[in-house]
Amino acid sequence: MTHAHNHGHDFHHEHGSELSEMQLRTLAIETILLEKGYIEQAAIDELIETYEKKIGPRNGAQVVAKAWVDPKFRKWLLEDGTAAIGSLGFGGRSGNHLVALENTPLLHNMVVCTLCSCYPWAVLGLPPLWYKSAPYRSRAVADPRGVLKDFGIELPKDTEIRVWDSTAELRYMVVPMRPAGTEGWSEEKLADLVTRDSMIGTGFPKSPKYLK
Amino acid sequence: MNGGQDIGGMDGFGPVQPEPNEPVFHSQWEKRAFALTLAAGVAGGWNIDMSRFARENRPPNEYLTMSYYQIWFAALEAMLKERALVSDDEIAVGQTLKAPKPVSCILKADDVARVLYHGDPTERETKTKPAFKAGDRVRAKMMNPVTHTRLPRYVRGHLGTIDRVIGCHVFPDSNAAGAGENPQWLYTVRFDGGELWGADADPSVTVSVDAWEPYLLPT
Amino acid sequence: MAYDQHDHDRLELSETQLRVRALETVLTEKGYVDPAALDLLIETYETKVGPHNGARVVAKAWTDPAYRARLFKEATSAIAELGFAGRQGEHIVALENTPKRHNMVVCTLCSCYPWPVLGLPPVWYKSAPYRSRAVADPRGVLKDFGITLPKDTEIRVWDSTSEIRYLVVPMRPPGTEGWNEDKLAELVTRDSMIGAGLPKSPKDVK
Repeated sequence: MTHAHNHGHDFHHEHGSELSEMQLRTLAIETILLEKGYIEQAAIDELIETYEKKIGPRNGAQVVAKAWVDPKFRKWLLEDGTAAIGSLGFGGRSGNHLVALENTPLLHNMVVCTLCSCYPWAVLGLPPLWYKSAPYRSRAVADPRGVLKDFGIELPKDTEIRVWDSTAELRYMVVPMRPAGTEGWSEEKLADLVTRDSMIGTGFPKSPKYLK
Repeated sequence: MNGGQDIGGMDGFGPVQPEPNEPVFHSQWEKRAFALTLAAGVAGGWNIDMSRFARENRPPNEYLTMSYYQIWFAALEAMLKERALVSDDEIAVGQTLKAPKPVSCILKADDVARVLYHGDPTERETKTKPAFKAGDRVRAKMMNPVTHTRLPRYVRGHLGTIDRVIGCHVFPDSNAAGAGENPQWLYTVRFDGGELWGADADPSVTVSVDAWEPYLLPT
Repeated sequence: MAYDQHDHDRLELSETQLRVRALETVLTEKGYVDPAALDLLIETYETKVGPHNGARVVAKAWTDPAYRARLFKEATSAIAELGFAGRQGEHIVALENTPKRHNMVVCTLCSCYPWPVLGLPPVWYKSAPYRSRAVADPRGVLKDFGITLPKDTEIRVWDSTSEIRYLVVPMRPPGTEGWNEDKLAELVTRDSMIGAGLPKSPKDVK
């Protein structure tokens, strides 16, 4: 059963309960599954820890930084994303079939999953709420420039915009263009410029002046 | 617009649930909302196509979870506010706070029977000729206006047959946008179920829509 | 106590009730609406205009071949002969059900319905299940109404996307020879004129 919270309520309709309805239900399910021995508490905790702390956009930023400094790696990345990214130790769940998309001055890539929320977890961690929500899912394929405007970005009229709808198990990661003024930077410092949104295609890397 | 109203062929809504001995109105407020919509339409001067767009024009999740008359009422509020005939403040307190704007016409009780009986015919005279005739094969355009249209998504891009040339009628896409009646030739176009829904579709089913000429391409 | 959907709906509805009342007050105070007109509009569609109108049209078509011919040639004027006309029925087309063909009317995009002959549409007609499924799975919809048609009956679904309004003329039930129009009209159900039902059979009526 669902209902639309469409008038600015938060989910504190509880009428006396400390916990919201969703909290109560998930707690109930977790308790029952544990009692029945279908799941293991430690595994649940490890899963949460992994995606809250260990796997995140920092992984993808490292991939991009390496592609910026290492032409051989870049070539490999664009030809065989899974293998190249795997060589850095990233892969596995939602990262078994990775494709890297190269942004150029003439071509901008944007990744979406209109049907649900498919996202390259292995390099970007779990997707943000906006990526999984109706406004992005519905408009990215119909009006990508309008979506970019929501992110404060305007591309030249003649830039080709390629939208990739992740309908299969392939997961896409955008390789943004290296910002100017970063000659000689180390991979680690360059990785600090690579934002999550720039690897989805709804943002650009930070410019050097944003870093000390 | 490709909104929550365009649901032909959408899944997941469950069975049709007729209500035995259903009353015309399910509550007092529904009666009032109904009557207010019709009467305020006269004062507000909007046309039915504008009303329909006002109903559709909301987030799909709201459209799909609001009741029928909730949608009507929300649209009524929107149209009245758009025309600065009432304000949110006034509705909140249920009192007039600002002097009324002059309107050209209001619906009086004595007019009701006549106005209802006359209705609002949409056929218009024209000197143009229809582009299509009964039996012609046509393709419904692939078009995705963000404004009001009456070409449902489930037929767009599909091949159909002209069933009937209906006449020249007010064109909702223009009329709803305040761009004038712009009457166009109107046709009933019939589609095979298989064309719309695929090879597994029930072969005994055909579906028609009434489509204006700007929705159609010759084949 | 866990959150209750019912409470939420009740809260939402009373908010709507308040707003409707408030708006009526403001519109009346401003002179934009005439309260007597509002009452008359409600009375018209609650008590006067309804499916009994369409039933008379169908009953006449069953008994009077010349009327039937006029109805299928140009329904708006034929229906107006009986005094039914106007809003949301300015352009009516009558659809003939035959043993080989069953017609069903829907408005996927909203709720377009032939008011002068059927009154205001029922909630199910305006709701998502019917609107979404009638065009995709009419037989499934008929099953929800308890009806199964032969596999080779052609089913024509009419999506009312314009101001043309459709009235299904169901087949006359057998065993009604010699019945007068009034008695026949009692067999004609609203749903049979939408195409989501069939007329009553003589044994259903005394």
